[in-house]
Amino acid sequence: MRHRTRIAVGPVQFRIGSDWAAPIAALKSLYAGYPCDKARPADATVRLFAARPWRRWLRPSVHIGGDFIVPDALPLPLSMGLLAAEMGMNLQVALGWRRHLLLHASAVAKDGRAVVLSGESGSGKSTLAALLGEGEWRLMGDEFTLVEPGSGDALAFPRAVSLKNEAIAEVEARVDPARLGPLLAGTPKGDIRHLIPRADAIAAMHEPARPALLLFPRFGGEPAIERIGEGEAFVRLTEASTNYVALGEAGFAAMTRLVRETPAFTISYPDSAAGMAIVEQLWAEAVR
Amino acid sequence: MSAIGTLVDLLAGRGDVAALGPRDWDGILSAARAEALLGTLAHMLKDARLPESVALLFADTRAAAAVATRQALWEAEMARRALAPHGIEFVLLKGTAYAAANLSCAAGRQIGDLDILVPWHDLGRAENALLVAGWEWVKEDAYDDAYYRNHMHELPPLIHRDRDRMIDVHHTILPRTHRVTPDALALVSDAVPIEGGLALLCPTDMACHCAAHMLADGDLQGGLRNLWDFHRLVTDFAAADRGFWGKLDERAEMHGLEVAVHRAARLARDLFRTRIPSGWNSYHPRDERYRSRLLARDGWGRATDPLLQQAFYIRSHWLRMPPPMLARHLWTKWRKGGPRPV
Repeated sequence: MRHRTRIAVGPVQFRIGSDWAAPIAALKSLYAGYPCDKARPADATVRLFAARPWRRWLRPSVHIGGDFIVPDALPLPLSMGLLAAEMGMNLQVALGWRRHLLLHASAVAKDGRAVVLSGESGSGKSTLAALLGEGEWRLMGDEFTLVEPGSGDALAFPRAVSLKNEAIAEVEARVDPARLGPLLAGTPKGDIRHLIPRADAIAAMHEPARPALLLFPRFGGEPAIERIGEGEAFVRLTEASTNYVALGEAGFAAMTRLVRETPAFTISYPDSAAGMAIVEQLWAEAVR
Repeated sequence: MSAIGTLVDLLAGRGDVAALGPRDWDGILSAARAEALLGTLAHMLKDARLPESVALLFADTRAAAAVATRQALWEAEMARRALAPHGIEFVLLKGTAYAAANLSCAAGRQIGDLDILVPWHDLGRAENALLVAGWEWVKEDAYDDAYYRNHMHELPPLIHRDRDRMIDVHHTILPRTHRVTPDALALVSDAVPIEGGLALLCPTDMACHCAAHMLADGDLQGGLRNLWDFHRLVTDFAAADRGFWGKLDERAEMHGLEVAVHRAARLARDLFRTRIPSGWNSYHPRDERYRSRLLARDGWGRATDPLLQQAFYIRSHWLRMPPPMLARHLWTKWRKGGPRPV
């Protein structure tokens, strides 16, 4: 394709091609600090394309394609090309990756052990992980956490964090503006602004961490912590995994081990400060 | 060389893996994925010296294919458990059949839906038995439903409500309205039973069906994978039975599929260097268009040559139904807002 770039996030090497320069330029600036091995073939290919040649210029709209596609996915306006690229990359991982058990979860790590936060969008898992990652924690990822079936370790997927709506202001107040991408206002997912993870988190992206806590956050309501059993954690995580079924027995074994070895809690919190305090409290108890 | 050309070379056992650079692999992997041949390639190159990341990706792909094969065979067993108590016998078709027989083309092969063939007179009972056992209709649309029932070679697709897997129940191997009418009764009566209470088409019918599916039924979308199946099927069958090609000739003629089967053999010879007997070894200028259609894919996995694709698309409908019926069908589908008919 006319414009292209390569990005390595965690174990996945992406190749992204585009009919337009802008999305590639935006990706290049967002991922400038990531390692780049030009000699490595791509694991996953994303295509951002115009459905008809004239739609490159005339009301340009970006279709998301690649090795794996969602039929009938709606295109995005060119101004949201970066979001299209992000969605395309997520899609390749969600539908194509088989080396690890994929959890739709954010994660942070400290001393080689990880807190995995799984929840639907709006649960605040990305925001909590991003904010923790600005403190003493290593951000492992805001979207996917990969579990290695052999070892049971969690692996990082530290793509640029996708901050949404209220989370944008909260993070903007704390980080160097150079680490923020352009504001994408009024996307189908609301306002979006990307946060580049800290350099140390990117440098450590291949270091595995042993899961120490499984948290299922819910934003809103009074602060609350509830321990949940292995069975409930298992069911919640199978729903949060895009490749659990496809992995067959290996997926079952990895998931079973994860919920047996890792204490799991649902948490509710009214604001980020309270959420972070709960994570720290459970962490202190879990590693004691 | 183009990515798809290199892919074909690697599958055919030609081509030098060591000479490929990282950008070559980008294209090969995307083209192979788009043609549903990545698992096949991963098996072909199992022992080759590959870049580390490609070797890892191929190992993932082989493992995924092994799980998918197991799930597909389980689905066949589920169908058997639904149909056997009613005394309904069925024949496995396509990917699941290749896997059940452990044929060489099954190695790494992606398997889509479960395809089975039941005798025409058992079709209604089979439908009921599957509905009772938890399969449900996918298409709610009355026109589509009627279209399948009146004109197609299979029931409208059913999906299992718990396992989320599709089954296509065929009563023959080409649409009822197609210009060619294979002998469906012979397909069923000459089927070969295998372990586990399942049955497969006999070797010659399997090759006939593969060729019919590729060349007489569809628009050659995904045709390269079908051609690979054909290549491995005839190569294996001919190795096991010296008289295979002669029998295939007779059988193809009986089904009215001699043109499709001969063309499949020539295309397999041209792309995968299939060894075919001298009587089959001719040259047809029109094969060139088929080869071009099969290779219409670029290094980003995109379909190329839209005009040629469109021509084959129109051809597939031309073969499928007589012109007045085709006009009526397209008109109905167009009014309903769907640009691409079933």
